[in-house]
Amino acid sequence: MSEVTTDHAPEAEAPHPVIAPVVDRFPEARWEISDTEWLVDVDRAQLSDLAAACRDAGFEVCVDVTAVDWYRSRRPRFEVVVNLLSHQHRRRLRVTAGVPADDPTVPSLYPVYPGVNFPEREVYDLFGITFEGHPDMTRILMPDDWEGHPLRKDFSVGSVPVTFKESPEVI
Amino acid sequence: MARRSTPGNIVTTTIDWAARWAQTQSMWPATFGLACCAIEMMATGTAHNDLARFGMEVFRASPRQADLMIVAGRVSQKMAPVLRQVYDQMPEPKWVISMGACASTGGMFNNYALVQGVDQVVPVDMYVPGCPPGPQSLMHGILTLQRQIMTGQKVSG
Amino acid sequence: MDEASGRSVVSAEEQAETQYVEEWVSGTEVPDEMATDEGAQEMALTESGYRFREQLGAVVTDDYLYEEEVSEDERMIINMGPQHPSTHGVLRLQLELEGEMIKRCKPVIGYLHTGMEKTAETLTFMQGPTNVTRMDYLAPLHNELAFSLATEKLLGVEVPPRAAAIRVLMTELNRISSHLVALATNGMDIGAISMMMYGFRERELILAFFEKTTGLRMNHNYIRPGGVAADLPPGWRKDVATILKTIPARLGEYDDLLKENPIWLSRTQGVGVITAEECRAYGITGPILRGTGVDWDLRKVFPYSGIEQYEFDVPVGTQGDVYDRYRVRVEEITQSLRIVEQAAEMMPSGDFRVDDRKVTPPPRARIDESMEALIHHFKIFTEGFRPPPGEAYAAVESPRGELGCYLVSDGGGMPWRCHIRAPSFYNLQALPVMLAESMVADTIATIASLDPVMGDVDR
Repeated sequence: MSEVTTDHAPEAEAPHPVIAPVVDRFPEARWEISDTEWLVDVDRAQLSDLAAACRDAGFEVCVDVTAVDWYRSRRPRFEVVVNLLSHQHRRRLRVTAGVPADDPTVPSLYPVYPGVNFPEREVYDLFGITFEGHPDMTRILMPDDWEGHPLRKDFSVGSVPVTFKESPEVI
Repeated sequence: MARRSTPGNIVTTTIDWAARWAQTQSMWPATFGLACCAIEMMATGTAHNDLARFGMEVFRASPRQADLMIVAGRVSQKMAPVLRQVYDQMPEPKWVISMGACASTGGMFNNYALVQGVDQVVPVDMYVPGCPPGPQSLMHGILTLQRQIMTGQKVSG
Repeated sequence: MDEASGRSVVSAEEQAETQYVEEWVSGTEVPDEMATDEGAQEMALTESGYRFREQLGAVVTDDYLYEEEVSEDERMIINMGPQHPSTHGVLRLQLELEGEMIKRCKPVIGYLHTGMEKTAETLTFMQGPTNVTRMDYLAPLHNELAFSLATEKLLGVEVPPRAAAIRVLMTELNRISSHLVALATNGMDIGAISMMMYGFRERELILAFFEKTTGLRMNHNYIRPGGVAADLPPGWRKDVATILKTIPARLGEYDDLLKENPIWLSRTQGVGVITAEECRAYGITGPILRGTGVDWDLRKVFPYSGIEQYEFDVPVGTQGDVYDRYRVRVEEITQSLRIVEQAAEMMPSGDFRVDDRKVTPPPRARIDESMEALIHHFKIFTEGFRPPPGEAYAAVESPRGELGCYLVSDGGGMPWRCHIRAPSFYNLQALPVMLAESMVADTIATIASLDPVMGDVDR
């Protein structure tokens, strides 16, 4: 992740007209536009603005928000992954944004896509990444008094040795 | 007149036996469907497998009216207090069937989220193995439980 | 009765009773010696004096007079679930009510959180389907398919045509069985118990075929990376033909029971309405989205498993209410039957899993004669294979909507991260929208029409 390229691909071919306005507006983001998949990696501060620009460009559905914990293998430690979908253009776009471990906050996409209400709460619950501007940033899957964030790599699976009690005599 | 008809109508038994017999023949389960096993529990109650043959098709929504709890599915840490509360609300005498691998031992999910065996929360009378157990397995478990109640001792298999 | 005077004879006791009540109501009665706290007693009487008179029938109040008096305090928050028969598992709702009207609704979930995404990080890619199949337990084969497609995308593997056709055949049968349960439970929740019996009866037919093919009625672990676990059983054409012959006839029975049933219509039409724009904003997919009139089906838009070769239509509704969602599901059963019929007709011969030594274990016969084959088999099932580092997202159209699998590999034998985009999880967000300003009784119909599977929501 050290060789960060600021220019969006050598101008061999212009990006698809659907996404071109967004690419022009965020030239410093890392774009990977291929025939099969459209990916972009942005700074987390720009995530909300980029999502709004994408929505204006026709990506009206936010399909999924999740995160990946690159514990001890990458820096920054967390990566928030947002999957966008355009019904009218029949395209998908995956947006990623790195989140450092010492300040796990990201601007919320709730003002842009109200459908991220549950998934952002899920990411907060399981990874401990706070979405700023979310109306109800509380735990969703785990009990309210739970300590820790289970999907972090430094949270153990929590398996217990299985014991069999009162095994009946074999007849 | 009375003399002639009475001999055929008298059965001598112990109250204990009669009570057990009554308990086994009309067990009303509380609906406690949690996961995959709940679908098989529903399938057991419907036309094809017809649990009504054993007098227990009356799935009660309210635990106050039930005397059997079929824990059908995985019990999460968040659900465990609710499970215990439903169990406490059931009137005595009451029985618990732990249906499926997840309810019995945690199954394949040996992790932070699940209670590793519902017997840590409530006393279990019968374990039904399978993932999920088919309707036949559940019915076998129910019949074995009925036998256990009738004889008053632990029956296995 | 005294016939002569035309008046009822009132005994002395009754007279005393009447007098007491009158005094009581007017607040003029002599306080009882038994009362210990006189002041409190009097205050309670004066406050509720009007209410007493109303209960005795002395005054009559029309309901509309009360309407203006409803304040914020009249709102009541009631709790539905998590142990509730009609919430399809362990869904819990907090409803804020004003009389019978729902003002606000908040779903509380997590009662079935199983930690499957964490468990997936401890299982190899070959073991993965065992895990994900237990998420959406009404459509297990779709879960396996999404996971397998994502793994194959990471590996760069293309499955042979027979495997793809078997996958289509099995998942479409699974769609039918899932929709049958949806119809059955929807019927039962509204009071059509016969529908419950009908739906589960036909489902047994399909489950019997699944049991024959995969060994289990549910949670099959049948579709695996690189193909399917086993070939179709001998005599499968006959079984499929039976299903194709039986179910259309039975669908007619459902229509007789429900389609124009006045009770069913009044309970479902105009209930739980949602618009296409709201669906897009909340990320809602599947029959709910199609019920609003959007012909969005991943099988048409982003085809997978060669489903573009089959002919079928995408049924859509117009109103986006409970009735439209019910009709969409019934029509989808018909369309899935069409696909199953075509798949059975044009089932290609050949391998049912990819011919790639890296992914596929050697055939059973080879293990008996070759030590290398045995080691190879052992290695695949213990260590598994190692896809190159990268990430993949694969989505299929499950009976509930877009079911996606986001896999991240770091080059090891187990996924670094396995995330399932669960359709029920997103569809549940529609509930507050659908229930706003509706009656409490409609909650049940609306939840049933969403067809949420809590295993899918909580994972």
